[in-house]
Amino acid sequence: MSAFSLAGSVRSGERTARSIVEEHLAAIADGETEINAFNLVMADSALERADRLDALVAKGGDPGPLAGIPVALKDNMCTRGVPTTCGSRILDGWRPPYNATVVERLNDAGAVLLGKTNMDEFAMGSSTENSAFGPTFNPCDTTRVPGGSSGGSAAAVAAGFTPLSLGSDTGGSIRQPAALCGVVGVKPTYGRVSRYGLVAFASSLDQIGPFANSVVDAAMLLEVIAGHDPMDSTSIPAAAPDLLGVLDQGVEGLRVGIIEEISGSGPTGLEGFSPDVQSRLAEAAETLAAAGATVEKTSVPSTVFGLSAYYVIAPAEASSNLARFDGVRFGLRVDAENTVDMNAATRTAGFGDEVKRRIMLGTYALSAGYYDAYYGKSQKVRTLIVEDFARAYGSYDLLLSPTAPTTAFPIGEKIDDPMLMYLSDVCTIPSNLAGHPAMSVPFGVGDDGLPVGVQVLAPANGEASMFRAAAVLEAATGGLTGSTT
Amino acid sequence: MPTPGRITRDDVAYVARLARLNLTDAELEGFTGQLADVLDHVADIEALALDGVVPTSHPLPLSNVFRADEPAVGSDDDADHRLFCEEVLAAAPAFEESRFRVPPVLGEAP
Repeated sequence: MSAFSLAGSVRSGERTARSIVEEHLAAIADGETEINAFNLVMADSALERADRLDALVAKGGDPGPLAGIPVALKDNMCTRGVPTTCGSRILDGWRPPYNATVVERLNDAGAVLLGKTNMDEFAMGSSTENSAFGPTFNPCDTTRVPGGSSGGSAAAVAAGFTPLSLGSDTGGSIRQPAALCGVVGVKPTYGRVSRYGLVAFASSLDQIGPFANSVVDAAMLLEVIAGHDPMDSTSIPAAAPDLLGVLDQGVEGLRVGIIEEISGSGPTGLEGFSPDVQSRLAEAAETLAAAGATVEKTSVPSTVFGLSAYYVIAPAEASSNLARFDGVRFGLRVDAENTVDMNAATRTAGFGDEVKRRIMLGTYALSAGYYDAYYGKSQKVRTLIVEDFARAYGSYDLLLSPTAPTTAFPIGEKIDDPMLMYLSDVCTIPSNLAGHPAMSVPFGVGDDGLPVGVQVLAPANGEASMFRAAAVLEAATGGLTGSTT
Repeated sequence: MPTPGRITRDDVAYVARLARLNLTDAELEGFTGQLADVLDHVADIEALALDGVVPTSHPLPLSNVFRADEPAVGSDDDADHRLFCEEVLAAAPAFEESRFRVPPVLGEAP
């Protein structure tokens, strides 16, 4: 059953929130040791919350659109009084003194916070192997990674531990794990969802978005968390878009372009794409065409350079954002004779290798003598990508690509080769650089039987048509995806 | 502006010091190779004609966003505000009165 229907049954009094929460806690008790999706399961507070919601319904009240629905949060979203680790030892023991705006929105909508999910440390990674709390395993095949960095949130939905979860996407960290775990994952337009209370990785790229087992559930969750927030100065000053109301509108008349460069096709296509992933993309394109869309291949040339620009810009912003973890105000402190040594001892003990790598890369790219050559040029490449997308969206309403070049890869395969790991984000990064929405929809499986995701890309504020196409793709694969409880 | 030469072990040691990270010799060796791999890949943007292209620092065309300059949080006389401050301080590794406590910053304490 979809979370959408489940919430309806709680609001009508047909089901209790408690029974839903208990069902999911039982699923976690059954499978979590195999998956390691959670850093923290909030069993007691979730049951208390469910009882309060049930009492409200019994008195004739309406808890809201997410009545009684469990939602898991990536562990980089602040929850007042509840540990928030970012998958890092440096935030060990820290309890935020405030809630992220998305947490407040979920509470207002009647949702039940189920727990905090595992992630690559500070959202840096594509496999959830860079967590101080050990890796998360892919529920479809536990010898494989779930993708990352929001791997815990994707795996929790795929394993049936929770119907809904939130992740953050800086270069593909929602869409790529959604594809690898076989669930729906959405990166909204930059500024669509407030970043207040999201621990910053790269502020000009980060965006919170939903994971769900179906397009309708993802739409419902995004409607709840979207909208202007005065606490985030980069929040778009507009109301949340209507998504649930457009899901059945189809794609008749929409113009869809397949991006050759990030589909591994055409003369300029990047390498490394599995043929089975490319076949699923072709089938997705046929599905949209059969539903009345015009679909053709197109070129967005500068997407080829997205990866390079991203791996300068994101580390540069991260090196600045992560300067705040210095052992003074929160989390870990390793004592030393003076403050500078204490700062260094704390950061050395508290950060993992990937975080150190990116901090140094960013510090280098911003340092005197290298700033123009790396950071300055990358910002110009970002402009080229924005302009190329603008040109493409002059001819097309939506663009299409695989979400990731391959299906889920084995644990450990890429962890010692950062550059190889980075290449798994090659399809998702351009949307972050442009600030555009994009989502991954499960579309069949590869030759290895593992899920394949198709990415639907839209221009800024184009979520409605993006969701219409996603609904058509989902219908062709038979509706609800992943495992359901 | 040409791309600088390959990143060296000394460069990595320098940025590690700037970033307040202590590295062992083995780590220094490993990171140098890995950072060089990434920077080698980044060199592909050399092929692009970027003269005259305006840099993009942010996806939204926003300039400064101001709110009305009105007191929003209570003063020290406000009980809720004092509680919030206590909560913030309690999350710190060390504090004294209403301040974060750190080891000496400049030589010996007076």
